[in-house]
Amino acid sequence: MDPIIKRNIILENYQNPEKKGLIDDNSYLKMNTNNESCIDNLDIMYKIENGIITDACFDGEACAISTSATSIMMKKIIGLSIEEAKELIKNYENMLYERPYNENILGELMVYDEIYKQPNRKKCALLPFESLKKVVGYEENNDN
Amino acid sequence: MNREDFPILSTGIIYFDNGATSMKPKCILDEVSEYYSKYTANAHRGDYDNSLIVDEKYEEVRTKTKKLINSKSDKEIVFTKGTTDSINLVANGFIKDILVENDEIIITKAEHASNILPWLRLAKEKNIIVKYIPLNENNEVTIENLLNTISEKTKVISLAHITNVIGDTRPIKEIGQICKDKGIYFIVDGAQSVPHIKADVQELNIDFLAFSAHKMLGPTGVGVLYGKEEYLEKINPQVLGGGMNSTFTSAGEVKYKSIPTALEAGTPNIEGVIAFGRAIDYLLEIGYEKINEYEKELSEYLREKLNLVRNIEIYNKEIEGSIVAFNIKGYFAQDTAVFLNKYKICVRAGNHCAKILEEEINVKNTCRISLYFYNTKEEIDKLIEVLNKQEEILDNIV
Repeated sequence: MDPIIKRNIILENYQNPEKKGLIDDNSYLKMNTNNESCIDNLDIMYKIENGIITDACFDGEACAISTSATSIMMKKIIGLSIEEAKELIKNYENMLYERPYNENILGELMVYDEIYKQPNRKKCALLPFESLKKVVGYEENNDN
Repeated sequence: MNREDFPILSTGIIYFDNGATSMKPKCILDEVSEYYSKYTANAHRGDYDNSLIVDEKYEEVRTKTKKLINSKSDKEIVFTKGTTDSINLVANGFIKDILVENDEIIITKAEHASNILPWLRLAKEKNIIVKYIPLNENNEVTIENLLNTISEKTKVISLAHITNVIGDTRPIKEIGQICKDKGIYFIVDGAQSVPHIKADVQELNIDFLAFSAHKMLGPTGVGVLYGKEEYLEKINPQVLGGGMNSTFTSAGEVKYKSIPTALEAGTPNIEGVIAFGRAIDYLLEIGYEKINEYEKELSEYLREKLNLVRNIEIYNKEIEGSIVAFNIKGYFAQDTAVFLNKYKICVRAGNHCAKILEEEINVKNTCRISLYFYNTKEEIDKLIEVLNKQEEILDNIV
């Protein structure tokens, strides 16, 4: 992907994030996610009905990478089944850890395909996915 | 000044994170290396030559530390792992045993986590109360606010000498006098002060002083707890084992050694302590006065230049000192710090372990610049040049 396009997608999602703002609805699962080695702090809410993520939203204070990754993740996961969400996580992590992955599954998340070059930023890109993993019961190491 | 003594400074980094840790002059590295290459032995153990050299050198540092802070006796100097370890030792080994329900400990919301969390846990365990001195409009402690916070139930006041985000210097001498008059134990976190200013425990009426070697040119993993002899003698050792006991029997009769040895169980960080002694020598060779004078000039220059940067918000504008907390408006602190890193400028972004300071300054995360005597005006000029390119903060983000 062209670096300028990547940058624009990230900035657009940072400055005007999708699904930002929490809602008062007990039928949503609420997860706080914060990175132990950095200062980002996000709350993400998920609505799961009959094995499908039917809605999600988030709020919090975080850097440009975490915020944009969360915004893009919101758009990607709404409508996915739990199994599809696990597939997304697996491919996203593979990309970040420089393993083979399926570009078609990741779509806009491909903007982070070179983030591995900045180890101090990798955690930011992974942050929203840490909460998604818990919500869908993603088991570590099933991607190896 | 003295930049040529610091090998790391020739690698091209501009290091502005001295509040976190300091760089080390070559003589400190040599001191560590010599322990391993010339006279390795355990401390306080054997009768052979190298072991005696170790004992001598190790105890010599105690005397140097005593002189550095003008304590009355070597017995008042305990080597610990660092400031955090020192404060935890006082809290759990001494204060815990003397407090009763509803007693009060006074701190502020600007303290480092290491001077908050031990007290919050004691509060839960012993049903005591942690009170916060309200800070003034510049986030400083005033004597008036302190006096209004003290009650008959106040048993302990524990404060940083210099705070690690705002960087203000507290009126420790006056507070020490108040504590002395009212019979309150006075604990001082000297992590940010001892590297920069003379902390005379007698003149300042300090009962306990905690500080770390690594923020004052020494190695990591070494710290100091100073305590008045009469108090240290009452500390209940928190770590038991070799080196600190004098006798024990299978029937459970145990006798500990006298202080400070009773509080230094296990093999200490020998090379670290010895190298810390060299760090003290080095600092005193330059002289605190000269360091103060230079840092004052440097921080004035930094503030003057930072004030001219567009869109900057400085959170401790009215404070004199070598720490500046700021944000570039519209940018998250971490994004600014990562941007500066592209120019090899090291600053810290975050809450700097002062997580409840947010309630006072209404901002959670900041970029922090903390200077030391080896920083230069040229480095500050470079920082300003880069901050003036702030529209590029989010460029090349991936």
